[in-house]
Amino acid sequence: MTKPSFLRESVVPVLTVLAVLVAFWYVAALFMNHSMVVAEAQLKGLAFTPSETWLRSWALDKPLLPAPHQVIAELWRSTAGLSVTSKRSLVYHGWVTLSATLLGFLLGTLLGILLAIGIVHQKVMDKSLMPWIIASQTVPILAVAPMLIVVLNAIGISGLLPKALISTYLSFFPVAVGMVKGLRSPEAIHLDLMRTYNADDFQVFTKLRWPASVPFLFASLKVGIAISLIGAIVGELPTGAIAGLGARLLFGSYYGQTIQIWAALFAAAFLAGLLVLVVGWSERLVMHLMGARPERRAG
Amino acid sequence: MAAGQASGCVFTTGVPASMNVIDIEALSLTFETGDGPVQALSNIDLKIAKGDFVSFIGPSGCGKTTLLRVIADLEQPTGGSISVNGTTPELARLDRAYGYVFQAPALYPWRTIARNVALPLEIMSLTRAQQEERIARNLALVNLTGFEKKYPWQLSGGMQQRASIARALAVEPDLLLMDEPFGALDEIVRDHLNEQLLQLWAKTKKTVVFVTHSIPEAVYLSTKIVVMSPRPGRIHDIVESDLPRGPRPLDIRETPEFLKLAQRVRDGLRAGHSYDD
Repeated sequence: MTKPSFLRESVVPVLTVLAVLVAFWYVAALFMNHSMVVAEAQLKGLAFTPSETWLRSWALDKPLLPAPHQVIAELWRSTAGLSVTSKRSLVYHGWVTLSATLLGFLLGTLLGILLAIGIVHQKVMDKSLMPWIIASQTVPILAVAPMLIVVLNAIGISGLLPKALISTYLSFFPVAVGMVKGLRSPEAIHLDLMRTYNADDFQVFTKLRWPASVPFLFASLKVGIAISLIGAIVGELPTGAIAGLGARLLFGSYYGQTIQIWAALFAAAFLAGLLVLVVGWSERLVMHLMGARPERRAG
Repeated sequence: MAAGQASGCVFTTGVPASMNVIDIEALSLTFETGDGPVQALSNIDLKIAKGDFVSFIGPSGCGKTTLLRVIADLEQPTGGSISVNGTTPELARLDRAYGYVFQAPALYPWRTIARNVALPLEIMSLTRAQQEERIARNLALVNLTGFEKKYPWQLSGGMQQRASIARALAVEPDLLLMDEPFGALDEIVRDHLNEQLLQLWAKTKKTVVFVTHSIPEAVYLSTKIVVMSPRPGRIHDIVESDLPRGPRPLDIRETPEFLKLAQRVRDGLRAGHSYDD
């Protein structure tokens, strides 16, 4: 055996799955759009050959399911093809959503950490807050978001903050739950050690609980950043927002612009992937700085 | 140096040499559990003089670790009296009168060896210069000079436990409490660390209380061996060692005196153990 290569271990499997998905997508587009092409032919009194019908069902202006190359072309046109300040640029809309996401994520993370600190140090907070924190996530966000935005608009808060607050509402939860677990993660022996040194609560927190909770924090942040993006997009839907990926999705569905919807969807997925990746990189950096043993690749 | 010889001399902790570092009378401890009360310690009487090396030995469940934790104010007795350094265990703990070495090294994985030793010093608010001096001196005592910048996972189990001993010594206590510190190590490393610990004890003249379940380890290290028995945890026998104080060669374990002591300890353990199961 030669030494395992990156190409064979990672690239080939991923590309194979991708190729299968794309092939499946083309077939699905063919089936879904076929009847539209047939209807068009009847309307214009034309007779398409089977291969013509195929090609046309992958090139409709407003298909039920756009073909992959149509979505990619739209993505290219609305990113590289336009000035980033253009109201039709996905970079512009992506930035609008991203800024709300990041603000909401920051607030949610801070709120989650503060709640966790309180819960770990105060039994009263543990008993009184924890059920409410869990209950908060059982409320369907799609129902809450419009009301929150309308209420905030009524008291003069509009723009970035209402959307960010929906991100906060979603992202504080994984951080709070993860950090409660993280701050409680030190073993009894480590806590006993602090007791023999007569350390106060603040010293136990800064020198033991906080560093011990870092891996838990990053696991929570990965969930939190992805859910923040969803929160920001949901926040852009109800008010018929003018800008943002959510607004692109909404406008696309108003005008039957399926290609635009799919392009916005892919942009959102790409953004989410990028954000999770950035959190993952910062985790590796922080763990390295904290002297963690380098992870060995399994297998 | 036997207790009493240096009477009149007052040490930093305010305990005259003639006084017992640890004085336990009729002490008992009962844990309340879901299955009802469990008596962990019963009617313990024990005096430990300054400079002694005392081992608690006994089978699992005899309360030897619990007794050590009572001395360290990590458990509260339910009866009897105990004084540590002439005061209560709690005041002794608040005064950082002892260093505690656990069964596991309990090093913080995100701190280097030097920063681990610095942990208690930071809590005691020592200056940076004082910290550096104590780190260097105590790592040298356990032969870990040169490993300051390593993280715990980069060291072997024996080296990690030595680092944890350096951390306990850095507090500069007169009393060292050690709970089966070498229990998880292999025989060779354990022998080596036992030898080093005796040299350290002779050099620093500290009082050491040492929990173990190894007869050779107890006899080799100790000036006094407390043999305990379980259900309820109690003292079965206290064996005063007539082996020379101070550093002992490992070969001493082959001498008739050593074997005689070991035999007495073994007999004590056997007599105290109920073989009804």
